[in-house]
Amino acid sequence: MKKLSSTLSNMVLSLGVITFVAGASLGTAYYVTKEPIAQMTHQTQVEAIKKVSPEFTNDPEADKWEYEQDGITYTVYPAYDADRLVGAAVESASMSGFSGEIKIMCGFDADGTVRNYEVLSHAETPGLGSKMATWFRDSSGSRSVIGLNMEKNSMYVTKDTDKKGEIDAITAATISSRAFLEALRNAYNAYVQYKECQEKNN
Amino acid sequence: MSNKLTISVAPHIHTTNSVEKCMWNVVIAMLPVLGISIYVFGMSALWVTLISVASCILTEWLIEKYLFHRNCTIGNGSAIITGMLLAFNLPNILPWWMIVIGAVVAIGVGKMSFGGLGCNIWNPALVGRVFLLLSFPAAMTTWDAGVASGVDATTGASIDASSGATLLATLKSHSHQMDTSQIDWLSVWIGDMNGSLGEVGSIAILIGLAYLLITRVITWHIPVSVIASAAIFSWMLGCNPLLEVLSGGLLLGAVFMATDYVTSPMTKKGQLIYGAMIGIITILIRCYGSYPEGVSFAILLMNGFTPLINKYIKPRRFGERRGK
Amino acid sequence: MANKWKLIYNGIIPGNPVLVLLLGMCATLGTSSSAINGFMMGVATMVVLICSNAVISMLKNFVPDKVRIPAYIVIIATFVTILQLIINAYLPALNATLGIFIPLIVVNCVLLGRAEAFAGKNGVLDSICDGLGCGIGFTLALTLLGSVRELLGTGRLFDIVIYPEDYGMLLFVLAPGAFLALGYLIAIVNKLRKSK
Repeated sequence: MKKLSSTLSNMVLSLGVITFVAGASLGTAYYVTKEPIAQMTHQTQVEAIKKVSPEFTNDPEADKWEYEQDGITYTVYPAYDADRLVGAAVESASMSGFSGEIKIMCGFDADGTVRNYEVLSHAETPGLGSKMATWFRDSSGSRSVIGLNMEKNSMYVTKDTDKKGEIDAITAATISSRAFLEALRNAYNAYVQYKECQEKNN
Repeated sequence: MSNKLTISVAPHIHTTNSVEKCMWNVVIAMLPVLGISIYVFGMSALWVTLISVASCILTEWLIEKYLFHRNCTIGNGSAIITGMLLAFNLPNILPWWMIVIGAVVAIGVGKMSFGGLGCNIWNPALVGRVFLLLSFPAAMTTWDAGVASGVDATTGASIDASSGATLLATLKSHSHQMDTSQIDWLSVWIGDMNGSLGEVGSIAILIGLAYLLITRVITWHIPVSVIASAAIFSWMLGCNPLLEVLSGGLLLGAVFMATDYVTSPMTKKGQLIYGAMIGIITILIRCYGSYPEGVSFAILLMNGFTPLINKYIKPRRFGERRGK
Repeated sequence: MANKWKLIYNGIIPGNPVLVLLLGMCATLGTSSSAINGFMMGVATMVVLICSNAVISMLKNFVPDKVRIPAYIVIIATFVTILQLIINAYLPALNATLGIFIPLIVVNCVLLGRAEAFAGKNGVLDSICDGLGCGIGFTLALTLLGSVRELLGTGRLFDIVIYPEDYGMLLFVLAPGAFLALGYLIAIVNKLRKSK
């Protein structure tokens, strides 16, 4: 076949056919992957909740409850075992980081014990504040927040002597550490609010 | 290159000035700063400086001998200055191997990669420092806990006065709005506070500046424009200008690092623009950035702009008239 | 057959897209923070490159010269979008690490460069070989750069600890380290090529 010359009709025809075929194949690909993608997105969210929250039998994403305070929205994903509230995963944030917002997802048992946490996004200094993703679950010294109780333990850095803080701050990143713990305390506060709200409703 | 005859048009100035002489004058100007840092931090300050200078010289020698196969240029003293300036930018408790890495990067990456003295775009000592700051952020911002922070511990009880925070970090945690009555001004001036080796002794840096100006190694344009623009801009943002100028490495940067011949603009007007921009960028980074200090980033940024400034701001030739 | 091997070899060493031709720098710098990331990005690009090269060489007589660039872009974009949908659906972990860089394969110069320089003028089989060669070259370069950055930055290689992380130079994992490491890699490659 000889190469098509660049006349207007040829160009329109050629581009038309190519875009049509491209469009059709994209449509097919979209149609085929639509279900799996939706499933995958839901599953990723549930996995993230599962990582931090106690075992549940409900769908926490469907039961989510939002609470706003000082311009920050907290999302509580309650975990129910049958009909009993066993804890929750809370998406929380703090604006008092070294630079901008710190977003975390953390999970509590019914009595307020920290189960686990996950840092979702932050803009802290790489190598300093960014260490918070692993620092607060490190069992050396008194760094870890996991297993501590929000009611009984003082969730402040040890440098805050007036608060009798119990958590070691990240080396050279006290401000980020304070912001992280603030997000954690606010998350617990949102969880308490949720519980009160539920009791009122019943 | 070296065996070609260099010719330039008349008039020629006869002078005993040489690269070596300038460099040694800078070294002399830095001695008071070294003195203050030894006074504040003890012998560890001297060790940091010696390790840094020695590794800079060694790196330069090795690269010239084994990579470039040319005569050694250590005698011109520029490696010594780089080494001293790098040391002035480090905390006194930094592990020795980090200092060596910083020196290798400063000379190897910052200077020799571009072809040696006179060809580098960025100030080598600052390249080394920023490399270390980004690579080992924790070690580079952990200060000797035995040194005061410049904040009166009794009146500023709620501040980390005892944990070895620098004045600048304390300022940052207060969003640069601080009750100045908590500041121990005498320590701030003589440098009895925490920080990098060379950034603490404001008085010593000013003595160095005076020496450089008297011996005409540098002119007033760059240091004055950096300091003035930082002061004015911080005042406009509602910070305390004097505190901003005296804390952190602003003075050190303005006097010893922004004035580096190779990496600063040639004309007076260009130098003023360059200096003013350094001051403004520094304050912007301090107030809004994620690092507490911005002097080194500001100087490196403007180093990058220097060729552009040189291109657009040329001295007017004698007899040339401005176009109507 | 020897000719085909030569085509593949050409893309890997003498005409390496990253280290010699300096194409596709955005993806190279952005995704090479670790060896495995670099490798994944390289493979993703290689898949698209082989497919687009094949289709473009098939259509080379059907596409008039004046509209060849838009036609190539549409073809490349189609493959990239399909790849992204598939990764989204079945490989969420890969999607999380490579993220925005997958759609950015569209503007990777390697793809348009090979389409313009090779696939638009040569047969289907040759074009597939060329795509394979360049793809392997791209993958190798990204993996090499990723390994250097991961090793110097975190003390690991393919997530295996080589030395303690405390001694790692974090800078190499960050953006400036990408530029530094790439610069020195290219310098070393140039030196080796010259001394040959």
